[in-house]
Amino acid sequence: MVRVAVGVKRVIDYAVKIRVKPDGSGVVKDSVKHSMNPFCEIAVEEAVRLKEKKIAKEIVAFTIGPKQCSETLRTALAMGCDRGVHVNVPQLDALTPLQISKMSAKIAETEAADLLIMGKLAIDGDYGQTAAMTAAILDWPQATNLYSLQHNGDNATVEREIDGGLETNEIKTPAVLSVDLRINQPRYATLPNIMKAKKKKVKALKPADLGVDVAPTLTVVKIAEPPTREAGEIVEDVDALIGKLKDAGRI
Amino acid sequence: MLKRTSAIQSFLKCSSNLTPQYTAEKYALKRGDYGALTQDDQNHLISLVNGKGIVGEKELEGYNVDWMRIVRGKSELLLKPETTQQVSSILKFCHSKNIAVVPQGGNTGLVGGSVPVFDEVILNTSLMNKVEKIDPVSGVVVAQAGCILDQLNSELAEHKLMMPLDLGAKGSCQLGGNISTNAGGLRLLRYGSLRGNVLGMEAVLADGTIVDCMQTLRKDNTGYDIKQHFIGSEGTLGIITKASVLCAALPSSVNLAFLSVNAFADVRRLFSRARDDLGEILSAFEFIDNSCLVCLEENLKLTPPVDQSPFAVVIETHGSNSTHDFEKLEAFLESVMNDGTVIDGCVAEDSQKATNWWQLRERMAESLMHDGYVYKYDVSVPLDKFYELVTVMRERLGEKVLRCVGYGHVGDSNLHINITTPAYSKEVDQLIEPFIFEWVSQVNGSISAEHGIGFKKTQFLHLSKSAEAIAQMRLLKNAMDPKNILNPYKVLPLL
Repeated sequence: MVRVAVGVKRVIDYAVKIRVKPDGSGVVKDSVKHSMNPFCEIAVEEAVRLKEKKIAKEIVAFTIGPKQCSETLRTALAMGCDRGVHVNVPQLDALTPLQISKMSAKIAETEAADLLIMGKLAIDGDYGQTAAMTAAILDWPQATNLYSLQHNGDNATVEREIDGGLETNEIKTPAVLSVDLRINQPRYATLPNIMKAKKKKVKALKPADLGVDVAPTLTVVKIAEPPTREAGEIVEDVDALIGKLKDAGRI
Repeated sequence: MLKRTSAIQSFLKCSSNLTPQYTAEKYALKRGDYGALTQDDQNHLISLVNGKGIVGEKELEGYNVDWMRIVRGKSELLLKPETTQQVSSILKFCHSKNIAVVPQGGNTGLVGGSVPVFDEVILNTSLMNKVEKIDPVSGVVVAQAGCILDQLNSELAEHKLMMPLDLGAKGSCQLGGNISTNAGGLRLLRYGSLRGNVLGMEAVLADGTIVDCMQTLRKDNTGYDIKQHFIGSEGTLGIITKASVLCAALPSSVNLAFLSVNAFADVRRLFSRARDDLGEILSAFEFIDNSCLVCLEENLKLTPPVDQSPFAVVIETHGSNSTHDFEKLEAFLESVMNDGTVIDGCVAEDSQKATNWWQLRERMAESLMHDGYVYKYDVSVPLDKFYELVTVMRERLGEKVLRCVGYGHVGDSNLHINITTPAYSKEVDQLIEPFIFEWVSQVNGSISAEHGIGFKKTQFLHLSKSAEAIAQMRLLKNAMDPKNILNPYKVLPLL
């Protein structure tokens, strides 16, 4: 049976209307609702299902970020992960996917994971790079944007969502997998499980423990809202429409 | 339970779309001694609103029939004023010609109060939808009566504020309608009633006089509080054109728990515990019974996040510190799980889940409509007798009805008890009324907790108000609208 590590990220809640800070240095995060990245939730669900199918013997959930991320970890534990790892980084925004990938790779190693499952992207950064880079750092095979996963303990058959449809691959473990939206419907954490989760162990780490330098390597110059959509114009007839399109250089 | 064959099922699909019988015929009513609307009158009134009106009974079906499809009027004219001045001109004219008028907002009322009974002119506030001012420091919004609750919330959210009330009809209901019915809703428990949150108002009397009681400051003890006349009087004392409302801070931390409970005694105990343990962060405490869960699944294909149980409770918290709130909620949930008050439950970790689970409570009214005809009751009953009414009615009605369900704002002692049949049945109607109101009266409850009297409950008013109180109401009505042209046949029983 395999040991699975699942990465979970705490992000601004999907339903919140994002507001840009007046000075353009970032988005407003204070007093704004946060929750687990929806793709990470799907990753946790997929890992828990592996355990239920008796393919995984243990699931370790890990998160990187400020102390509030312990809530996110707790949700993962309540959904069925066995224990957690929290790498405390006060300023998550300042980290790049590469730094996250280095830490994730180290955790996969120290926790002796055979499978590392992540969401395909986080809805705040939208980078979609972490899973692939982590695999490269570990020198493990990777399968991303998974639509389905069948694991028999040694290797896996996966379907990946690609532009043209679904691509089927076979992949040997250890491997890094990233999940897409349609692979499963995450379960709700019920109260009895939330209670049990409180007793599960969480290891607290610092980036230095993983040998990763978190000094910022990227500076955000400016963040601005997209330009507001302008009102359309109603034209009298098709000729006028063609005229307008030509004027605008569209045709 | 009535057996549902496929014939009945397709009939059910149709019957909720059937045009109801004219109210006047169904209840054998006589038209009041009002002026008839002549063509000249019609033309003049339409000119007062710059053409923004609709003419003809056929065109007005959506406005002549209420959302519940239980009442139907015969109005030939609907006007959509945009300013207070226009409202005043309309009423002045109608008053001079003794023409009756029905004020109408979103037409989401549940007691037939928002549509005509005969040919009253409909004064619809939908175009009076400007938000005039939002003060982010004091949290006060000044808005015209036609502003839709949901839209107000969207605008207020920009300033980290929200309306102090929330109800299932928020996508359509309008401010004037909410205030004139003293609407309650899901969060009354926390933010109080509109009677406390409306700080000022502008209203128009039956004769067209504009009464300015506008005020945007919290405290103003200067003479009689005239605006209170218009709050909850369902458009019978005046038409509200503008109001200032004290808003609540938009909470940054919202939590929702969906809990399964075995018996109503546990719901009561859970409420006491929630009040004690969650304290100031508790913002809503609602319950739905098992028959509601069955209805939601059958009619809307909605399922709860936990297995079905005899009762489900939705608890919501609003606060400014998510860590603090979640800690409190967790400690509370742990203790009520450990002592057996709660048998199972779930906590919504993100807004999407919270929205989905709220639908199980907010879409109850809609899901019942799919059965065909709904006999809807909204009563205040002391908690120690709360669910007894549902079991009593179930026994009384037996096989004659499809469903008898109970749900509602248990935190406010407000029970929504609903009975459904495929189509209107006079026999069932007579089995329910006046029995249900008499039962409520006997336990000193209220025959209408928040929905108001409207058209449907005028003859039961005496079961919740003394003769002297009703006499006072008539005094006030005669003083403010002696010609009785404002929303006649509503609230006060016909003499």
